[in-house]
Amino acid sequence: MRLYWKYVVILFKSQMQYRASFWLLALGQFLVPFSVFAGLYFLFERFEQIEGWQFHEVALCFAVIHMSFSLSECFARGFDNFSGMVANAEFDRVLVRPRGTIIQVLGSKFEFTRAGRLVQSLLVLAWAVSRLPVEWTLLKAVTLMLMVISGTFIFTGIFILAATLCFWTVQGLEIVNIFTDGGRQMAQYPLQIYRKWVTRFFTFIIPFGCVNYLPLLYILDKAPGNEWLYMLAPLAGIVFILPCLFVWRIGVRHYRSTGS
Amino acid sequence: MITIKGLSKTFHVAKRSSGMKEAVKALFHREYTAVEALKDISFTINPGEIVGYIGPNGAGKSTTIKVMSGILVPDGGICSIMGFTPWQNRVAYVKHIGVVFGQRSQLWWDVPVIDSFELLRDIYDVPEQEYRSNLALLTETLDLKDIIQTPVRQLSLGQRMRCEIAASLLHSPSVLFLDEPTIGLDAVSKIAVRRFIRTINEEKGVTVILTTHDMNDIEALAQRIILIGKGRLLFDGSLDAIRSRFGTHKTLTIVYRNQPEPLQIAGAVVESWSPERAVLRVDTEQAVISDVLIDLSKQVELLDVAIDTQPIEDLIVQLYKEHQI
Repeated sequence: MRLYWKYVVILFKSQMQYRASFWLLALGQFLVPFSVFAGLYFLFERFEQIEGWQFHEVALCFAVIHMSFSLSECFARGFDNFSGMVANAEFDRVLVRPRGTIIQVLGSKFEFTRAGRLVQSLLVLAWAVSRLPVEWTLLKAVTLMLMVISGTFIFTGIFILAATLCFWTVQGLEIVNIFTDGGRQMAQYPLQIYRKWVTRFFTFIIPFGCVNYLPLLYILDKAPGNEWLYMLAPLAGIVFILPCLFVWRIGVRHYRSTGS
Repeated sequence: MITIKGLSKTFHVAKRSSGMKEAVKALFHREYTAVEALKDISFTINPGEIVGYIGPNGAGKSTTIKVMSGILVPDGGICSIMGFTPWQNRVAYVKHIGVVFGQRSQLWWDVPVIDSFELLRDIYDVPEQEYRSNLALLTETLDLKDIIQTPVRQLSLGQRMRCEIAASLLHSPSVLFLDEPTIGLDAVSKIAVRRFIRTINEEKGVTVILTTHDMNDIEALAQRIILIGKGRLLFDGSLDAIRSRFGTHKTLTIVYRNQPEPLQIAGAVVESWSPERAVLRVDTEQAVISDVLIDLSKQVELLDVAIDTQPIEDLIVQLYKEHQI
């Protein structure tokens, strides 16, 4: 963990060498989701509610998933950019250093400009929370935090899976963006509004529903049945990373036996 | 220190064929050819040796280095380095080695060199005191004092290479793998790098394995050469052994007072001739140089004589030719 922090520091210093570019990119990251959010706003202005969901409820959903996405894009960017590491054999360098491959790849790149997106979603979150007619308790606040954290884990897990594929394909695969960008777009709305199979896929295969929709029901006092179950659903997102790490190990073994 | 026995490695490489039709076909179905990158390679290296590991492009040099540094797992054979098998226990093993890939940087591009060094200290968990003394030694012998606060991207190639080598020695490795450390360097930097490699070998007893295409590196550094070609070990021995095997020719360049007749010297082959100057090749196993000179001085009035041994480059080319690689 201490080492991870050192990686953060050195890459932050590198980023600060290009200050103008940093501010511009961060500003872009701040503004882009605003247009998406504006779309959301006009949608609700016209229809007032979707399947019984109010604007502020969906805004909360939106904020959580965008926070998760920007956090994982910031801190797990190394996996997102991994195809480059394989293509120029940077990964060989990782293997001759006495540390685990995961931490080294994580530490290879951070995308600090995602702070822009993070600030934007924080604003939306604060606004949604202040407008929602919900009685906030400590447990609900913890659940909200848990949602963001485990959402970050899921996106990171998908980045790791995508990176693992690079061991076989060398080039990055755009198709994986269906699950990252696509997953983000889907999960910014409560999953209930989609068809059954979509909901199932994003609950049991890639558990976006567990970090977003299910705990949201708890926070909004809409949970049918045992509240604890809904509150702790985000843990599934953290568990999701385990098989991803396992697949990564297989990928590393493959790389070391084929050298490509 | 390093024992390698019967190392072998086969790669499966996708066949590439020309033409659009073939390229489209390859999208769906690919044929693979097996390329034997290493075939039954065996050698031992003792502590404190500097070994030049040479061979033409694609001979299997990098593959061997990758196996020895724990990046690649071979198909068969034994490799034991300081009691470790590199591809098992990777993390424990790589603490003891340093690797420099001449063509790729291990430093962080945008920050001062010293920041990279400090991060490497943390990656390798080097105790503070050891780090301080290593850094002091490296800064002094590689003359880094003036560049250590400069971002890597502003360094010249020669300065950067000095920093690369320093970076790979901060954790006091016992074995240092240098993959083309002098590639692209100017003459001054090359000499500085060579001198430094020799210094750390002598003072710290670091075992050095060096791949290069620059035979001057070999001549300046390596007491021993291992030559591979097409994945096979072709020669393992000292430079002197190669010299005595191939280097029996001397080249005599002579300048003399005008002499219209071509020269006829016993034991020497005339390679070029003009009325003022001639180049002769003498096989020292067939003729003694002094006899040739006496013979010469009888025929012409000698003004200048230069005797050259064959450059090591030529010897290696002969060695390649002999093995048809």
